[in-house]
Amino acid sequence: MNAEEVERVAHLARLGLNQEERGAYAQDLSRILDLVSQMNAVATDGVEPMTHPDEAGLRLRPDAVSGEIDRNRLLAIAPKTRDGLYLVPKVIE
Amino acid sequence: MTLTITKIAEDLAAGRCSSREIVDDLLARIKAHSALNAFISMDEDAARQGAEDADRMRRAGGGVLAGVPIAHKDIFCTSGVKTTCGSRMLADFVPPYDATVVEKMRAAGCVMVGKTNMDEFAMGSSNETSFFGPVRNPWDPDRVPGGSSGGSAAAVAARLVPGATGTDTGGSIRQPAAFCGITGLKPSYGRVSRYGLVAFASSLDQAGPLAQSAADCAHLLSAMAGFDARDATSLDVPVPDYAASLGKDLKGLRIGIVKEHFAQGVEPAILEVLREALREYERQGAVLVDVSLPNSAHAVPCYYVLAPAEASSNLARYDGVRYGFRAAEYKDLEDMYKKTRSEGFGPEVKRRIMIGTYALSAGYYDAYYVKALKLRRLIADDFARAFERCDVLAGPASPSTAFALGAKNTDPVSMYLNDIFTIPVNLAGLPALSMPAGFVGGLPVGMQLIGRYLDEAHLLNVAHRFQEATDWHARVPAGI
Repeated sequence: MNAEEVERVAHLARLGLNQEERGAYAQDLSRILDLVSQMNAVATDGVEPMTHPDEAGLRLRPDAVSGEIDRNRLLAIAPKTRDGLYLVPKVIE
Repeated sequence: MTLTITKIAEDLAAGRCSSREIVDDLLARIKAHSALNAFISMDEDAARQGAEDADRMRRAGGGVLAGVPIAHKDIFCTSGVKTTCGSRMLADFVPPYDATVVEKMRAAGCVMVGKTNMDEFAMGSSNETSFFGPVRNPWDPDRVPGGSSGGSAAAVAARLVPGATGTDTGGSIRQPAAFCGITGLKPSYGRVSRYGLVAFASSLDQAGPLAQSAADCAHLLSAMAGFDARDATSLDVPVPDYAASLGKDLKGLRIGIVKEHFAQGVEPAILEVLREALREYERQGAVLVDVSLPNSAHAVPCYYVLAPAEASSNLARYDGVRYGFRAAEYKDLEDMYKKTRSEGFGPEVKRRIMIGTYALSAGYYDAYYVKALKLRRLIADDFARAFERCDVLAGPASPSTAFALGAKNTDPVSMYLNDIFTIPVNLAGLPALSMPAGFVGGLPVGMQLIGRYLDEAHLLNVAHRFQEATDWHARVPAGI
């Protein structure tokens, strides 16, 4: 992975990296991808992907209110709020 | 003072001491051993109050754990008590609710004395990625305690608490238990609720106990386990009384020896310790059976696609809007996200987020993510085949004993390879524990026992019978 690819992935993940970090991560991530590519030594044609240890057990529940956390307690732990709403930088001019 | 949960429960039941007295004593011990850096948060007043409540609960009947002090890994949400997950991102986060595990253990009468240190977002095998600094190993302060539940393991090993909770996504209970000379169990996936547990990789994360012995872990697991409607992957199956399942003899037990785990790459002295431990099992009537897990050799590469993929998705929630850290200065929304996440996450977390993002991105999804899911199936199938020929699997929990602080934290891949024996178990969702099996160079060696799905009771008994015949688990570090 080169520095440009690192920058592309960092943007997708909304991580800001400086020039020096891009270089360092390019090295680290390339080594990790080398490790990961060892998967290719195993033939997996026709194998059903396994997403979960208990694939049969996933259940549904009724879409009902099951309990609430007080709105003010939730807002109290937010970095910035105003008038009972989360405050973020302006997104529409 | 090296009291076990079993002994404390007896003393409390006999009225020989109060929970308040034990908690006062432990709070003083925790202070005396603060150089270990095992704890991130303490609330002494709440701990004393909790002990007094538990003493009242015990007088009113109470259960076996009523008044037993414990610590929670700082990944479990605790209402009104800071829950940092070892990260700057959550350094000031005070959850408005309790994790199910926290709620259940309090209901059983356990008294929380504090929150333990851990690798940031449970991503690490040495506890060195914590924003709050590394934990030191009680057996040698220049060595790591393992990770990510390093604070919990060190706290139990230093006898600061008789038991603690941890979580295990790729070995984060078992490897620190091995490095610190204690017993740690990762239950089957779905056995313990994940509600209120800060998510890392949701198809792999599982909470479990760390304590001095299998018997103590049995008591803790009984309190932790059980169906929870708030966790969509929680299993609605009966929970055995784990402590009551201990004691059966092991005549005819078939112990599977995974040939790949007794091969090169493991310190020879560790394998010698394990072979001696297996001889104890043979003396008790168990038979050893050779088995093979051929695809487990590729479990680490497989895991380093799946766990980061799930983490990149889970950690997308840290955006500086609803809770947690927000950067001080930014010019627009995207800049706020980027600065918040760059300043709030440490390097290992960023590496994993980027690997996961890459593996899930257009053009790479099939080559990495789907490939890893297929390999996961092959790894799980190997276990199913092995368990046709044996009842438990035994081998090393880690290829080495505790390594020096700073020895591996500059090379992510060498750090990842620590978990080569523990990761396959998470991929398959099976229960497994590590228990002390001996020492090499003054450092504890952990033996991993892996069980069939939902067979924790059997696994704990197999460990318990070993601990009745040996005293490795009762050894205490010098100066403790």
